[in-house]
Amino acid sequence: MTLAFAPTLVRRRTLARVGASLIGWAMTLPFVAGMVLFLVLPCIAVLGMAFTDWSLGAREFGFVGFQNFEVLFGDRTFRQSLGNTLIFAAIVTPVSVAIGLWLAVLVEASVRGRAFFRSALFLPVVSTTVAMAIVWEFLLHPTLGPVNTLFAALGLPRQGFLADADTVLVTLAMIGIWENAGYVMVLTLAGLKSIPSDLYDAGAIDGVDEGWSRFWAITFPMLGPTMVFVVIVSLLRSLRTFDTVAALTQGGPRGSSEVLLWTIYEEGFMFFRVGYAAALTVVFVVLLLVITFVKFRVLDRAVHYG
Amino acid sequence: MMGHTVRLAVLAVFVALSLGPFIYMLAFSVKSASEIFSGSLGLLPQSTEGLLNYPRALAAEPLLRYLLNGAIVCAGILIFQLLFAIPCAYAVAKLRFAGRSVVFGLVLFGLLIPIQATALPIYLGLAGVGLLDTYTSLIVPFVASAFGVFLFRQFIKTIPDELLDSARLDGCNEFSVVLRVVAPLTLPTATAFGIFSVVSHWNDLFWPLIVLRSPELNTPPLGILAFRSAEAGDRYGELMAGTVIITAPLVVAFLVAQRRFVEGLSLGALKG
Repeated sequence: MTLAFAPTLVRRRTLARVGASLIGWAMTLPFVAGMVLFLVLPCIAVLGMAFTDWSLGAREFGFVGFQNFEVLFGDRTFRQSLGNTLIFAAIVTPVSVAIGLWLAVLVEASVRGRAFFRSALFLPVVSTTVAMAIVWEFLLHPTLGPVNTLFAALGLPRQGFLADADTVLVTLAMIGIWENAGYVMVLTLAGLKSIPSDLYDAGAIDGVDEGWSRFWAITFPMLGPTMVFVVIVSLLRSLRTFDTVAALTQGGPRGSSEVLLWTIYEEGFMFFRVGYAAALTVVFVVLLLVITFVKFRVLDRAVHYG
Repeated sequence: MMGHTVRLAVLAVFVALSLGPFIYMLAFSVKSASEIFSGSLGLLPQSTEGLLNYPRALAAEPLLRYLLNGAIVCAGILIFQLLFAIPCAYAVAKLRFAGRSVVFGLVLFGLLIPIQATALPIYLGLAGVGLLDTYTSLIVPFVASAFGVFLFRQFIKTIPDELLDSARLDGCNEFSVVLRVVAPLTLPTATAFGIFSVVSHWNDLFWPLIVLRSPELNTPPLGILAFRSAEAGDRYGELMAGTVIITAPLVVAFLVAQRRFVEGLSLGALKG
């Protein structure tokens, strides 16, 4: 190769690189534009708004520093909302994970009807939450509801369920468990499939070949990473609960079913206290992000170990 | 053998609990008002009068219109998501270009942030350009799906480069490589992602509740809420008929393609 060729070669290469970049940019542009418009800018905006006293319809607004956050943590509604959300998650997550795990093991072990069981138990996950919430509302109706009719027939006291401040949160949690258990089951079934069957054969030689002993000796430890993942996914889902509250109780009676997303919705989109709602949003998202980071670390490790 | 029977019994109890609300919804959707008020627990209706609940529900509220709205919104969202995500995922997976890692960083960031975080500014922005209360406002915040790019990238990375090179030798440019070679291969991923996307947006209440005011644009969840408040409490048979109509499309689709639904919705767990 003579020296005379070198510049053209270099130029051709740069051209090729620019060309490749142009194609890359053209292909990613619509997505990137969408992300900037609907993710990056709104995230910056929400962070900014959290430090203002902006209220929709107000003529002017100013920066107020951390005032929104100070008000927030002193606010009774917020504290009740945070407390209710945590209680709700603390009921739904462990109970639905335990039931879902149990169901997965039972379904996996059954010889026939596996597809039927799986689908029947998964149906609540697919169906429209709001519509099913209305069905639950009817089923749990204080006077007309079949559940109370059954309670009366059995000689048990009638329950107010959603209408009663003492039982509303637990009732919503029951509906949450009903929705989430099938989801946990399906995710766990995938984890069960990945346990090598030689482990069970080896266990049989060592005398663990039946029911619970086999479950605790082999299945449960091998499911470890799956279970952590499932717990976190369930936790995130239950912290984001909104549909049943919006459809059935709107936070009531007397704030006893107020949850974080509903409070954000009320402050932001009913009262239009933009600055305050933005501060609420920041707190809520930080809570979710902490949990999501844990999830990604677990996923990472599960991938390395697997 | 004993263990087998116990297992079946436990499963049967849980299946009954899981399907119970669906069975009662169906049963009460064909019961007359007087029978419901009599407080009977039986599943079969005592007269055929209750069958009128369906035509009455359809006459009381434009439920079919709500289903159509749901279909329009879900289709709109999914088409743009695929259109934006597949080329982007291909570029990130197979092309070298300046800024590629920035794009992938955006994808990971997008996976972390839920719609509830950005709802307030997006709402204000849409209000600013006068787009609130339109189909556009229901569709446009979701067209760039980070989760979609993430899934498609994972898959496209497994396509051998030789296959792409041979297409290029046949005279394909990068765009026709995506269109002719990559897009058809992504079909299984696209199906799983499509099911996840449609189910989430069909069922979503949060965003439509925020941007919609006009009843005629109601999506299925808003529609069933509107129906309930219009019924003002005591016509439970019709209300149950309404919920049957609203839940039927997804439930039927699920029964037709159970395995695909389970696959698609389990993938969704990656997103949270």
